[in-house]
Amino acid sequence: MPVPILKQGEVLIASIQAALTDHDLLQLKDELADKIGRFRSRGVIIDVTALDVMDSFATRTLRGIAATARLRGAQAVVVGIQPDVAIAIVQLGLTLQGVATALDLEEGFEMLRRSMVKEGPQ
Amino acid sequence: MTEQMRVAVSRDADIVTARQLGRDLATRAGFSGSDLTLIATAISEVARNIISYADNGEILLGLAAKDGRQGVLVVAQDDGPGIPDIDQAMLDGFSTGKSLGLGLPGARRLMDEFEIESEVGKGTTITMRKWCR
Repeated sequence: MPVPILKQGEVLIASIQAALTDHDLLQLKDELADKIGRFRSRGVIIDVTALDVMDSFATRTLRGIAATARLRGAQAVVVGIQPDVAIAIVQLGLTLQGVATALDLEEGFEMLRRSMVKEGPQ
Repeated sequence: MTEQMRVAVSRDADIVTARQLGRDLATRAGFSGSDLTLIATAISEVARNIISYADNGEILLGLAAKDGRQGVLVVAQDDGPGIPDIDQAMLDGFSTGKSLGLGLPGARRLMDEFEIESEVGKGTTITMRKWCR
């Protein structure tokens, strides 16, 4: 099931609704890279609240999405990692190093707002 | 209580099916909280291993019991190329190029018991168990 991507001002929100296949995740990466350019977005929020499992592939792909967004001139924030999922990621031996995270959508917006203010208008 | 399920694994959607059925089974076995996520994640890793290296195989899910403790049994089997050097495959970061190489050693850390049998040219069987706390 494809992930809906919403646009709010300069921010894109990828709102994951259900368990994702590998294909869905890779498609999300492509679509975000494309839409960042189309909408001239400066921030991307990936809401993973609905994910009950983030395995090595999902974790690696999220890192890829964040790195791709950065290369396209937007900052990515992953929000909503569930407590059990965080425990499993650490026990798997994985990290989301280099990826900004926030507790929920609201915190994610706040994080992006602060960093956009710091960078100033373009 | 005897309950067994078999999930054919040949495409990425099957990984999701296997881990969801495994989580349901673990819930019925009495697991709760983060253990359910650890089990589902371990199933996801061994199922992906089948798709990455063997194209197709299957996951067997069942209940297990030992010393009065309830647990779950997960068997991932394929008739793919096999693993020439299991010790090497179980090293963090070792990969023949299709992944980060954290899948199998990661799955071992998530479960209580983890065994691999593999024969080059014949296939690989991974057997994992986790016991209720």
